[in-house]
Amino acid sequence: MLYAILVFLPIITSAIAGVFQKWLGARPSELLTTAGLFVSLGLSIYAFYDVAILGHAQIVPLWTWISSGDLTVDWSVRVDTLTAVMLVVVTGVSALVHLYSIGYMHDDPDRPRFFSYLSLFTFAMLMLVTANNFVQVFFGWEGVGLASYLLIGFWYKKPTANAAALKAFVVNRVGDFGFMLGLFAIFWVFGTLDFDAVFKAAPTFAGKTFEFAGQQVDILTTICLLLFVGAMGKSAQIGLHTWLPDAMEGPTPVSALIHAATMVTAGVFLVCRASPLFELAPNALAFVTFIGATTAFFAASVGLFQNDIKRVIAYSTCSQLGYMFVAAGVSAYGAAMFHLFTHAFFKALLFLSAGAVIVALHHEQDMRKMGGLRKQLPFTYWMMLIGNLALTGIGIPMLGVGTAGFYSKDAIINSAYLAGTPMGHYAFWLTLIAAGMTSFYSWRQFLMTFHGRYRGLDRHEWDHHHDPHHHALALEDVHEPARTMLVPLGVLALGALIAGAAFVHFFIGDAVFWRGAVALAFGHHAEGEHEIPVLIEFAPLILTIVGFGTAYYFYIMRPELPAQLAARKGLLYTFLYRKWYFDELYDFLFVRPAKWLGRLLWKWGDGKFIDGLGPDGVAARVLDATRGAVKLQSGYVYHYAFAMLIGVVGLATYFMLGWR
Amino acid sequence: MNHLLSIIIFLPLLGIVAILVTRSNEAVRTTTARWVALGVTLIDAALTIYMWSRFDGSSSAFQFVEQAEWFGAGTGITYHMGVDGISMLFVVLTGLLMPFTILASWESVKSRVPEYMIAFLALETLMMGVFTALDLFLFYIFFEGGLIPMFLIIGIWGGKRRVYASFKFFLYTLLGSLFMLLAMLWIYFTAGTSDIPTIIETVHFPVQAQYFLWFAFFASFAVKMPMWPVHTWLPDAHVEAPTAGSVILAAILLKMGGYGFLRFSLPMFASASEALAPFVFTLSIVAIIYTSFVALAQEDVKKLIAYSSVAHMGFVTMGIFTLTQQGIEGGVFQMLSHGVVSGALFLCVGVIYDRMHTRDIAAYGGLVNRMPIYAAVFMVFALANIGLPGTSGFIGEFLTMVGAFHVQTWVAIFAATGVILSAAYMLYLYWRVIFGELVKPSLQAIKDLSLREAAILVPLVIATLVMGVYPKFIFDITGPSVAHLIKQHHTAVAYDRGTLPSSVKLAQSATRSAP
Repeated sequence: MLYAILVFLPIITSAIAGVFQKWLGARPSELLTTAGLFVSLGLSIYAFYDVAILGHAQIVPLWTWISSGDLTVDWSVRVDTLTAVMLVVVTGVSALVHLYSIGYMHDDPDRPRFFSYLSLFTFAMLMLVTANNFVQVFFGWEGVGLASYLLIGFWYKKPTANAAALKAFVVNRVGDFGFMLGLFAIFWVFGTLDFDAVFKAAPTFAGKTFEFAGQQVDILTTICLLLFVGAMGKSAQIGLHTWLPDAMEGPTPVSALIHAATMVTAGVFLVCRASPLFELAPNALAFVTFIGATTAFFAASVGLFQNDIKRVIAYSTCSQLGYMFVAAGVSAYGAAMFHLFTHAFFKALLFLSAGAVIVALHHEQDMRKMGGLRKQLPFTYWMMLIGNLALTGIGIPMLGVGTAGFYSKDAIINSAYLAGTPMGHYAFWLTLIAAGMTSFYSWRQFLMTFHGRYRGLDRHEWDHHHDPHHHALALEDVHEPARTMLVPLGVLALGALIAGAAFVHFFIGDAVFWRGAVALAFGHHAEGEHEIPVLIEFAPLILTIVGFGTAYYFYIMRPELPAQLAARKGLLYTFLYRKWYFDELYDFLFVRPAKWLGRLLWKWGDGKFIDGLGPDGVAARVLDATRGAVKLQSGYVYHYAFAMLIGVVGLATYFMLGWR
Repeated sequence: MNHLLSIIIFLPLLGIVAILVTRSNEAVRTTTARWVALGVTLIDAALTIYMWSRFDGSSSAFQFVEQAEWFGAGTGITYHMGVDGISMLFVVLTGLLMPFTILASWESVKSRVPEYMIAFLALETLMMGVFTALDLFLFYIFFEGGLIPMFLIIGIWGGKRRVYASFKFFLYTLLGSLFMLLAMLWIYFTAGTSDIPTIIETVHFPVQAQYFLWFAFFASFAVKMPMWPVHTWLPDAHVEAPTAGSVILAAILLKMGGYGFLRFSLPMFASASEALAPFVFTLSIVAIIYTSFVALAQEDVKKLIAYSSVAHMGFVTMGIFTLTQQGIEGGVFQMLSHGVVSGALFLCVGVIYDRMHTRDIAAYGGLVNRMPIYAAVFMVFALANIGLPGTSGFIGEFLTMVGAFHVQTWVAIFAATGVILSAAYMLYLYWRVIFGELVKPSLQAIKDLSLREAAILVPLVIATLVMGVYPKFIFDITGPSVAHLIKQHHTAVAYDRGTLPSSVKLAQSATRSAP
């Protein structure tokens, strides 16, 4: 009952704030939704204590959702350790973001709508993590996708925001295509979609195959890969990542909550939730590792030269999600969830700090117009510093003392090393290099924002779209934002500093903590750190320092260098700056052909062909005949094409009969 | 109430009489016609709900059955009506939607209002008759009779190209039905009866004959659905029809095809249905993918939704011919859901058409600035059309694909691409119409939903969400009847099996066979 309240309170407050926004007004909506979230947070902390510490996992069935023949799907609230961790992350960050948004959005006339969306998102996310079957996960999955769509496009007057929202939804749907097929396959194989029943039956299907298109295909590998395609969409992994940077069009609190701390980690959660299946599908795990490592590397490389303060953090998120998948891929699910947990703190902190900078500069996001803000924004400066220390994982390996990222990220890199597989080595090297790049782009961003000279009043030659109405602020006019925005920063900063040290022993290698909520095949690796050579252990730290040094050289010691390099437009620079040309490629491969095909099928398929042959053609022929001027030639083309059409349908039918 | 079903079906005729006998000036007749139509449809709606409450969902038998002499004893042709778990909900859907269509026409239809209302009331009787008739000829009369009022509604109260559209609609559907009539006559002369339950239970057609019969019925139902490639009448008919006409067309008339497959093709021509399932799958997949792409390119709001209807009906035919519990129940659910959602979408288009008198997407943009409530309501239906879980649209698509995956994995894979495409065309439409700045001068004074419009749309929003979150109340009704239908189908196949050519393989049955 308590857990049902935890989950449903946000949707109730969201509905009230959304439906009665005119009557309620802004302030009551804000207070209602925020208060609701803090109640949920309280219950989540209780749930964490009761379930993860005391071990009282629970499944609360609510009511039947779908029941058709032997397919039954229930609405339910399942709380085990994995869920409890997610509950704390989701409600914690969400509550703080609600609070922060009261300050951040205080000029916006549509605040009730904004808070209603935020709470709607939280509800969908809670449904996702408390699901007891795959279909309810999918409900939450699509629900968070909807909330993300609505919030990216929150400022609906901006065409860029609408485009980004549409892109996010459609690209996610490509992932969902895989997810749905995964659901069908699970039901087909297991006859149920409930977690426990599926996981219990899974070992009997290990190594079994089915015939598909004339090939013998491994059942569990197929299911896991299909689910992972869904995870790739939601967690913005390479190939399906293009929506995440554009999603930064949404208000910054949204970026912190949805596109950093919670929704984008849903894919990692799904893989961990389905870990009993993945454990039986080593090829699928290898693929997860490959995609994760490649994304970690790719996104970090793109982050190197971005100039928008939010996009840097967005690519960083993309990259860190890659780390989590690497961990999951080498069966270190505990490390994956641990990084998810710590990442939520420091990435939300970084986004919200960036938001504070953006508000202080009256919605300027280009780092080339920042600089020297340390004196004006001392609190934000420290918050961002802590966030960066945590993200880059500063700590001392031998003593085991450090920030949150130090524990979780190093655990992942070490797990990859210890996996001992070729894919593990691939992941190890890529994540290691990515750690260096992470350090470079993080400190570059930090130095460009807070150190050096304030460049807000400069005229820039690259600034073609200079907006005459946008008055750049003088440095003296830049002030710290409201206190409601700063309190959440402080709380998150505390988490970013100590969450790693405080929780590392729970998450990694502690079977009692997880109680079977995730498979623990390789959990012992992180404990046996003595197996790791000292050089390997120090490697991430060394690369991090190199990254910092490079950033310091380019942006503090020789600040004129980056602009000169950019102006030269070297191949590598352009390739990275254009984000490996993914958007251009997809536009060429999918967007344009889809529009072209649509017009073709409409004008030619329907218009000339079917109608021309059918009703209009018949009418015309009849008219021709009555006029005594039968022009057979004009009919021949259609007849020919019609025969072809029948042939195609016939062939397809024939093949389907044969494939059974 | 022994004759509840007949009362429900023929009550609208009483309304027609009432409108006809009103002798007064134009204004009074107009007002009377509106109120009479609304009153009658509301009473009828209440009666259908009463029928639902008295319906025994655990039974698969026909209920509220009425049978009377018609052509005389010994002819085998009787007035035989009744509903089972499959047809009952279509009667309810018809009954519940009619008041909305009358309300939607309240202000937008200004000319020949009494005649307009008469056409709608006649249509209601005929549509309900289709879903309840248990005699071949009775069915045919209702099935074809429904064409006439719809033809008039499009042809008289339609848009600029209404005559072209109405003739296209009429000829397409009539041509399809002629084959069906021939097949019915053949069945009657072979079996000696036209009683549908009797034929299903006792008569077995030779397998070769089944193929001919199947195709003859298919010709009619495929046009009605409409299935690709005989769908091109639908966009034209929708575009030219008045709003209420579009609503009825999309919500109910299209469902007659799917209903026909369930009532006739599966149980009567069982072996042919099974053998030809791959053919239907092919057409269904083409419909889903092809029309989704076409929808992406549309510049006319109504055409876009019409094409999306064709795609959604593709899921229905696919589900039905999986011959599995999930597939068929999903198909039925998808039809009911589409009835609510597409009906509502056309009502939404009607709202802005009434204000601006254009269906061009390019003529709109930024409506949310002045019409926030409209934007919210439209969003719900757009999402249901996309098949978002939590809305009614998800359940049907999901179940039909579950069924298809069992039978033929490829089919489900292709169908699932519709999930991506529907999101693309629907949200692209929403963006162009609703989002953005309100810059067009013509839109500056546009008003949000009136109370009447809100009263029409809000109940449909609730229905969409309730069906999405608690669809069990529908499955409780359809489940036993669908299971019974599958049993009948299998019995018939088993009977035929000895005479089947060995090259025709049987589809996987609904009972699980783990790989």
